[in-house]
This record gives sequence, structure tokens and C-alpha cells, in this order.
Amino acid sequence: MSTIVSLPDQTTATLPKRSYLNDGYGLKSWLLTGDHKRIAILYLISITFFFFIGGFFAGMVRLELLTPPTDLMAADTYNKMFTMHGIVMVFLFLVPSVPATIGNFVLPIMVGAKDLAFPKINLLSWYLYVVGGVMTLAALILGGVDTGWTFTTPLSTHYLNTHVVTAGLAVFVAGFSSIFTGLNFIVTVHRMRAPGMTWFRLPLFVWSHYAASVLMVLGTPVLAITLVLVVLERVIGIGVFDPAKGGDPLLFQHLFWFYSHPAVYIMILPGMGVISEVISTFSRKRVFGYTAVAFSSVAIAVFAFFVWAHHMFIMGISNYSALVFSLLTMLVAVPSAIKIFNWSFTLYKGSITFETPMLYAFGFMGLFTIGGLTGVFLGSMGMDIHLTETYFIVAHFHFVMVGGMLMAFLSGVHFWWPKMTGRMYPEGLSKLAALVTFIGFNLTFFPQFILGYLGMPRRYAAYPPEFQVLNVLSTAGATVLGVGYLLPMLYLTWSLKYGKIAGPNPWQATGLEWQIQSPPITSNFEETPVIDYEAYDYEWLANKTRHEVQTVG
Amino acid sequence: MDSQAIATQPVEDHAEHAHHPPYLRHHFANLEQQKETSTFGMWLFLLTEIMFFGGLFCAYLIYRNWYYPAFVAGSHQLSILLGAINTAVLICSSFTMAMGVHAAEMRWRKPLIGWLLATIALGCVFLGIKAVEYNEKWEKHHVPGLNFSVDSFVHQDPHYPEDKPLPLDMAEKTQVYFSLYFAMTGMHALHMVIGVSLLIILVVRAWQGAYTQGHMTTVENFGLYWHFVDIVWIFLFPLLYLISRHQ
Repeated sequence: MSTIVSLPDQTTATLPKRSYLNDGYGLKSWLLTGDHKRIAILYLISITFFFFIGGFFAGMVRLELLTPPTDLMAADTYNKMFTMHGIVMVFLFLVPSVPATIGNFVLPIMVGAKDLAFPKINLLSWYLYVVGGVMTLAALILGGVDTGWTFTTPLSTHYLNTHVVTAGLAVFVAGFSSIFTGLNFIVTVHRMRAPGMTWFRLPLFVWSHYAASVLMVLGTPVLAITLVLVVLERVIGIGVFDPAKGGDPLLFQHLFWFYSHPAVYIMILPGMGVISEVISTFSRKRVFGYTAVAFSSVAIAVFAFFVWAHHMFIMGISNYSALVFSLLTMLVAVPSAIKIFNWSFTLYKGSITFETPMLYAFGFMGLFTIGGLTGVFLGSMGMDIHLTETYFIVAHFHFVMVGGMLMAFLSGVHFWWPKMTGRMYPEGLSKLAALVTFIGFNLTFFPQFILGYLGMPRRYAAYPPEFQVLNVLSTAGATVLGVGYLLPMLYLTWSLKYGKIAGPNPWQATGLEWQIQSPPITSNFEETPVIDYEAYDYEWLANKTRHEVQTVG
Repeated sequence: MDSQAIATQPVEDHAEHAHHPPYLRHHFANLEQQKETSTFGMWLFLLTEIMFFGGLFCAYLIYRNWYYPAFVAGSHQLSILLGAINTAVLICSSFTMAMGVHAAEMRWRKPLIGWLLATIALGCVFLGIKAVEYNEKWEKHHVPGLNFSVDSFVHQDPHYPEDKPLPLDMAEKTQVYFSLYFAMTGMHALHMVIGVSLLIILVVRAWQGAYTQGHMTTVENFGLYWHFVDIVWIFLFPLLYLISRHQ
């Protein structure tokens, strides 16, 4: 049963005098900060920048595909466009999106700590991200890369004259930023919890970030060494992946996907954490089957390392290993389904309200389910051989990454925006944006399932004229989607100055971060919190609110 | 896990503030928590390092199985003497490092600096010998990509009269052996260079008296890193130099 909670009256809310935002002014106080909340804001600004860069390339790809022939740009240029789109979106947006911004901001508060375990390493992680980003931009300005985001050998090592080395090293550096974020989160969750904050009182957001961090820490170094070998092969000509010298390009695929498949879960798990928080808060109910959802995150992290070869079914791996990897791939559907079902049960008999974060969360649940189920199609070998390298696979991972992760990211940004800034976003406009995003997304990517099923291959600038109608729909959808992403950017910026003042707990959520002022003070808590209630305990919150004496900061 | 085991957060008490040692960071409750946290972080970082080298060891395992004769012939070209000296040098450097940690624990400033300088010296000796070995590879045309010839492998090797020369296609595969040799020892040497650079910083700070006033987590954690790099070599030496040298 859910607890009926009335949202607080915001007309009397005031901004606190002292917060992390006015604790020191000037560029230096931001660029040399150790405060996890300020670093989160730095990350938010920089990943938004790269999101729009990546979005620009997506737009160019869709524009080229508006017409069947290669007319807007040369085929080479088109290759560079989708490559840069992939590299920027995967390594500079999706991987750091939720963990480095929202996770960085709220994870230490959720466990009751004053900061992450290693504030300086946290800042270093941001600088590494920026260096990686600048190197990517350098590769772009110097003439681009056209390997595809996968740096496939021997294409990347032998046959291209583009800036593979610069881009590869950029991803290498950005990878270390991700390793340091993951390392910081794991140590924080283990060592920095407040008294009484046991593992099973942690919000599910923390559990999913913990699982994602394990993947970052164990997977990313393998990508790092793989890229080092690619760069060495390209620069001095060692032969680890070069068939002419006895190397095997398939080994590159194994090593690359050993990271890049877990990377998919690095991208989606933090999003699932956001959804758990949002669904619970706006249903005013404890997440159904808390333990199952917590362990399903861990299960996803474990399975993640045993499914990589399903990216390689058509690359000549043995039938037996393909069979085993196909079966293991199906297993991932189990913990993912546990999450979806448990969120649905959380909604059951909850007192649901439809604020913007909840709308995005609904979008996530629907689109992620479609994305996940088509993943099962692709995991079964017979279907995979028909569908892989077609637009079906493009649609599949965009349903998970854009429909799932980006929805979760926007859901989280809206949900915690009052906490980060102390001000509300405009509710009406943001609901419109959520709707526009949902419609635009479906219009963009649903036709791609059909295109792929009909056999349109990915990564080509031209296609037969009979595919044009669906491609026009997709491009039109991308335009709508673009508007859907520009809107939050504009009104969230607007709300920094003109938004209504939020008060400490505008959603009546139970997380520790909502029990302190918004925006928080630099050390988060006035005094060390002692946790004596379970996660998502709305009755505890209702009692607390009833007895609370209002304090003015 | 019981909640008693969890280190607590500081309770803001201004009277107590004066008693905080200067090296206790503001977000930790006490030194014990700070020390545990940073050591845990270091171990986790070493885990990422294992995964980093793991990719190379995995490649080594596969190619060794495929190109066994080429790997045997390749290992004949390495100098066991230099490799063994380097192994001894590294083990000694781990000893000096451990003594450095001990000196810091005992708050002996001068011995700490001495042991750290000894570690730097041994690290440099290792790198020097490695450079000699690399130079020898260059002169014998064993650097894949830049300067490689299969000459040494298609003719009878006078030092190993029982071994037949390799057929040309297998001789070509020694390039994979030397690619891995340079990638693995090169990555290891890079870690040594980083280690020596960090040691220099440690010495300067130890000179200023940084680690001998009860706060020596940095030295201890660096020690973990140094031992890790040592252990990587302990694996590289037998894999590249020793195993199946004699058939």
C-alpha cells in the first residue's frame, strides 16, 4: 500500500543563504574544486556540449539518408559522420552521462557522506574527460576518423589515412576518466556510508551505480590495452592483430567487445537506478522486491562479462562458442525483466502522479522493454545472421541507449534539478518536451526496425529507392527528437534564474538527499546523519514531516 | 554487514577541530577511515592494472598455442643473464621499498629517504638493462614493423645446435612473439618510469618531512604499486625468457 503524501506548499519556500553554489566565486573556485557537487555540474556542462556535437553528426547522417543516392556529402564524409557520432555519443556522452553528473552529485549524499572518497581523483577524472574530449575534437578538426566507433582492425590499422591514432588515444584517456569515477564510487559505497546505512538500506540508485562501477573498473582497462595495441600497430607496425605477421584481427574483436559489451551495461545500469528512484517517488511506494532489484543489478554486471562474443556471430567464431554465447546472452534478459516487472508492481496500487520525471520514466520502461526484447532476437543465432549489420541492430541499440538511457538521464536531470539548483523547472513545458521526445524517438527509430528487417544495411550513404518512405519518416522523427532535446536545454537554463524556488523536498521523496536543503551546503550535512529507517519508507517520511519544525537556512 | 563495522562520519564539533591532525581530510571521520579508504582504493586500482595487463597475457596465451615453435625460437634470442639480473634487481628494489615503508612507519626521516633513493637507483638499473636489451634487439633486426628480418630463424642457430631452423612461414610468426615481447615489457617499463617519477616526488616530500609524522599512507600505497609492477615482471620473465627454452 502506498502512503498518501501531499506535496509541500512551495510558495513559502526560500533559497538557503549558504549553499555549495555560493561557497566561493570565480572560475578558479570551480576549476580547482574538490566538491563532488561542483564537479557534477562541470560534468553536466561538458557532457551536454558533447551531446549536442554528437547530435549534430546524427542530424547529418539522417539528412544524408533523406534521399536514396549519395548527394548531400561524399561517402567518405558520411563514414566520418557516423563514426564521430558513435565515438562522441558512446565515450563522451553515454558512458559518463548519469554516473558522472547525477551519480557524482547524489551518490555521496545518498550514502550519507560529505564527499566522494577521493575528491582530487574525482576532479582528475573530469580533467581527463576534457582532455579526451579535446583530443576527439582535434581528430575531428584535423579531418575526422572513419573506422566506425569500433576501431575495427585491420581497417583501422592498415587501410585508412584518417586520424585513428588521435581518436584512439582520446578514447584511451576518456577511459581512464571512467575508471576513476568507478573506483571512487566503489570505495565510497564501501567505506563512506553513514552510521546505520547498511547495504540493504541503500537506495537502488546506489546499487546500480555500484554494479556499473564494477564494470567500469574491470572492463575499461581491457579497452585501454586494446587501443594501445591498435595505436602501436598503426604507428610502429607491431603484429598482434596483423594477419600478415601472424596476428589475428579476431583477437581484436574479442578484446574490444570484452569491454564494449559490458560498456552497454555501464551505460544502462545507472539509468535503471534513476528509474527505481523516480518510480518509487511518484508512486509513493517502496520499490517492489527491493532485494531482487538490487541483486538483478549485480547479476547484470556479472553476466555482462560472459556474453561479448554475441557481437561476433558472423565473424567466424566456432559454432560451439556461438551456441554458448547465444545461451548466455538470453540469460541477461532475466535480471532485466526482473527490473521491469518489479517497477510495474511498484506502480500497482501506488498513488501515482505524472510529473515530468515520471513521464520520462514511463518512456524508459516502454522503450527499454522493446529494445531489450529485440536484443533477445539478436541474441538467437538464426535471427542474428539475418539481422546483424542491418538497421534492425541500429534500431535495437538506439531503443536501449536513446529510448532507455537518454530518457533515464532526462528523467534524472528533471528529478534532481530542484536539488542541484534549488529551483523548479517549468512543469507544463517540460511535460511537452517529454511528450515530444517520446513521439520523435518512436518516429525516428521504429521505421528502422522495419528497414533492417527488409535488409537495409547500416553504414552506407546510399540505399535502394524502395526504402525512401521509411527513411523520410525516420529523418522527420529525428527533427522532432532534436526539438525535444533542445527544449530542456533552453527551459532548464531559463529556470536557473526564473524558476520557482523548490524547497528541500518538493517531491516528498525519502532519499537522504531530499532531507537536506536544496541546493545543499558544501559538506552536504549540517551534522552526520544517523539512518534508522529503511529505503523508500514513505510512512517514516510522513511522520517526520508531521513533526517537523520548519527551519530557515 | 552490521552497522558497527561502518566507520562513522565526523560530528561537527569546533572544540574538537583543533585536535585534528593537519593531514586528516575534512570528509573523513578519523585517520583510520582515511587510511582504510585510500588503501582500498589502491588495491582496486591494482585490480584495474591486472585487467590492463590481462589483455596482453591473454594474447600471449593464444598465440603461444598457435605458434609454439616461433615462440620457442623467439625466446632463444633473449639473454637469460640480463633477464635474471633484472629480476634480481627488481626483487631487491621491492625489498628497499618495503624497508622504506618500514622507515616511514618508524618515523625515521633519513632512512626513509635513503631507502627511497635506493629504490630509484635499482629502478633505473632495471631500465638501463632493459635499454641494453632493446638495443640488442634492434641490432639483431628483431623489432617488428621498424626493423625486422627473419634471418635469425631460418638458419641454424649455433647456440642451439639441436634445434632445426624454422620454415619460412613459421619464422614470420616470430614477429608476433616480438610484438608481444615489446608490448608487454614496454608497458611494464612504462609503469617503471611512472614509478620512478613518483618516487622522485616522494623523496622531495619526504625531505620536507611529509611522511614521518604518523601519516604515511601515500608511501604505503606507492609501495603496493611498486610491488605490483615487480610481480608483473615476475610473470613476464618466465613467460618470455624461460619456458620451453629447451625442448
